[in-house]
Amino acid sequence: MPADFNWAIGGEAGDGIDSTGKIFAQALSRAGRHVFTSKDFASRIRGGYTAYKVRTAIDPVQSVVDRLDVLIALTPRTIEENLDELHDDSVIIYDGDRSTMADVEIPGEMVGLDVPLKALAEEAGGAIMRNVVALGAACAVTDFPIENLDSALKKRFGGKGEAIVENNKEAARAGLEYVHEEFDHEFDYDLDTTDNDYVLLNGDQAIGMGAIAAGCRFYAGYPITPATNVMEYLTGRIERYGGHVVQAEDELAAINLALGAARAGARSMTATSGPGIDLMTETFGLVATSETPLVIVDVMRSGPSTGMPTKQEQGDLNMMLYGGHGEVPRFVVAPTSIDECFWKTVEAFNFAEKYQVPVYVAADLAMAVTEQTFPPEAFDMDEVEIDRGKVVDDDSIDEWLDDKGRFQPHAITDDGVSPRAFPGTDQGAHMSTGLEHDELGRRTEDTEMRVEQVDKRDRKVETAKNDEDLSPREFGNPDSDTLIISWGSNEGAMVEAMEFLEEDGVDVRFLSVPYIFPRPDLSDDIEAADEVIVVECNATGQFANVIEHDTLTRVKRINKYNGVRYKADELAERIKATLESEEEVSA
Amino acid sequence: MSSDVRFTDFKSDKQPTWCPGCGDFGTMNGIMKALANSGNDPDNTFVVAGIGCSGKIGTYMHSYAIHGVHGRSLPVAAGVKLANPNLTVVAAGGDGDGYSIGAGHFIHAVRRNVDMAYTVMDNRIYGLTKGQASPTSREDFETSTTPEGPKQPPVNPLALALAAGGTFIAQSFATDHKRHAEIVQQAIEHDGFGFVNVFSPCVTFNDVDTYDYFRDNLVDLADTDHDPTDYDAATDKILDSSKEYEGVIYKDESSVSYEEKFGVTENMSDIPSGAPDDAMDLVREFY
Repeated sequence: MPADFNWAIGGEAGDGIDSTGKIFAQALSRAGRHVFTSKDFASRIRGGYTAYKVRTAIDPVQSVVDRLDVLIALTPRTIEENLDELHDDSVIIYDGDRSTMADVEIPGEMVGLDVPLKALAEEAGGAIMRNVVALGAACAVTDFPIENLDSALKKRFGGKGEAIVENNKEAARAGLEYVHEEFDHEFDYDLDTTDNDYVLLNGDQAIGMGAIAAGCRFYAGYPITPATNVMEYLTGRIERYGGHVVQAEDELAAINLALGAARAGARSMTATSGPGIDLMTETFGLVATSETPLVIVDVMRSGPSTGMPTKQEQGDLNMMLYGGHGEVPRFVVAPTSIDECFWKTVEAFNFAEKYQVPVYVAADLAMAVTEQTFPPEAFDMDEVEIDRGKVVDDDSIDEWLDDKGRFQPHAITDDGVSPRAFPGTDQGAHMSTGLEHDELGRRTEDTEMRVEQVDKRDRKVETAKNDEDLSPREFGNPDSDTLIISWGSNEGAMVEAMEFLEEDGVDVRFLSVPYIFPRPDLSDDIEAADEVIVVECNATGQFANVIEHDTLTRVKRINKYNGVRYKADELAERIKATLESEEEVSA
Repeated sequence: MSSDVRFTDFKSDKQPTWCPGCGDFGTMNGIMKALANSGNDPDNTFVVAGIGCSGKIGTYMHSYAIHGVHGRSLPVAAGVKLANPNLTVVAAGGDGDGYSIGAGHFIHAVRRNVDMAYTVMDNRIYGLTKGQASPTSREDFETSTTPEGPKQPPVNPLALALAAGGTFIAQSFATDHKRHAEIVQQAIEHDGFGFVNVFSPCVTFNDVDTYDYFRDNLVDLADTDHDPTDYDAATDKILDSSKEYEGVIYKDESSVSYEEKFGVTENMSDIPSGAPDDAMDLVREFY
């Protein structure tokens, strides 16, 4: 068998697909295997098609591929939707007793295992456990020790009592034994285990955890797919550290609540997706011009308008870079993997406070809803550093008072950064406003002060470019003539695509860019390459445009905007095709 | 907090640009007196203002303050208070800011019941844009954009607050200095969302809802046997469109603030210089 194994359960929304898939992923993780999950889902409570896919290997996995080895199909559509990924050695587990599955055709040479999931579940204690019976059957097919599944079932159902856990274990064994007894087939799959300990989490959770680690104590948000998980993660956890989550009445209120908390001195955050960013843009300029540190997470989904709410896209880059009237600096950082969702969130808080700016964390659906395994050291909390920037206290405020003893929150400085006084600081009382203001924070239309304040705010960007390491993450052959550039969650697929390319004798240099603004100057890298391809999940090449603007050089583009993330093998093929073609390519 | 704070300590050295005679002068002076009388000082006070003539109040006062986006002062104020419950927070805005563009936030701020005061300078007109109908303008009030009147009934902000579960609902008159300051002080001291609709006449653009009109028509509840803790009596007063009332109309004495309900007590600006000591537990949850 190949080094990696690909498994899925699919059915209708409401069939418990997600929780069943998660249990299997957890079992694999607890067995010391690396896991990378993905979801196909429709935005409905019930109905439509939904699937939870798990790719697993002993070595780290960070992408999906176009191959499915074992499929638990609760509906005929699940098979139809995955025909491209199924192959002759694929195994399909289904329940022929289910009326819709009675006449299902197993395509080609594939092995169909008709397992009475519901009947076996009822024997074990209830029909609700039929998916767990299917997991047991999957253990039989893959020679995967069922004790690992027990452990995951205990984690999932432990809160419901020991009896429920035992029933589920029994249901799993019924599935396992049924396959052993009824099917005399040598399956080609063998899921080995290791003694390694891994944690399994998604990008939204990593962002939430990063926020707590970074000292975020206030979160306000309005639920929206695919960012809701950030809020759900923080709720019930941030309180342990003296923090609080407010579910606001809308995104307008959410960002204003977060702004208020930031003015009071809290590390403060909100998270949303494109439609929420539209609303928050109203207040964005105020955050920026009042020089308030704030972290705004945009977990991008397919737009415009309501778009495809449960589908992948990186279409909000222009919005984050340029959204809002007038001109004012903002920072945009884009985590490139799930563990980086944690670290970039930590960094976003430091940027926000050091430079007193709003910082967008540009995440995307593909990483937000995907779970991936990591060794716990990937989130080493001892490595978290907190830099609050130029905060003054009762003693140090003196040097920032004017000759009348008034605090100057927008003092003109060489690095563009002014002092901050948290409310409660003696002599620190001051005004903040969305109006253009003087050093005291009071309204002004003085032509000189206007220019000084604009220049001061812009200087912060130059300071950051000098002081911060904004280097891209580099992979592949540094001397290759072919340079691939990408941002966001495409990194995993690209890193794995390089293995496919290597097999075909194509070597590339890959720069994965986590800093969108301020960003690294890639002029030299681009000049050194014969071919430059920018890979992103949108139609117009928003990042490619930025690169072209920076370097005054045309680049080739690989774009995808059908709502589905890049797969490693697919991306390798697209790169080869682009290198062979003379023209720019778009999906 | 020092005991020798005078209300003028809350005054900035910026001269107001409000029209001479504007009700906002009296409204602001009353807020400053209420803050001083309730034992606050500028360094522990946070004023949040919206947009419009009323929105300038933060500039003319001396305290920590933010002059925000139109209609969003209430969520900002709640954020400030929750992040540092030691602060005294006052939000101030106008009838356009609070009952038109910010009406959605008003209802939710009332039901959230964060411990703060909200004073609305209600002049029943848009003054800063030179005289258009506001949500509290009369149905037949002729303006540049409503030549035959808005032809819509004015909103009743007190009724909105009542319906949203308000725990402190009051009305005052900007030039009735003593009463106005007393009422705002009670709003500040109320454990929850203290809402005061302040009649703050616009002498330039509103020739209907004038000082004379309010002087002639205001009924001070202090001169009646009204009991503000009597919900039904308060409801009658609030729904009585034949009169304009001054005073605390409703007060829920059992009000519990949002912060108290959720145990939000810490000054959130105090954080460690690294991740919390037990933060690896957060990682281990994902085993």
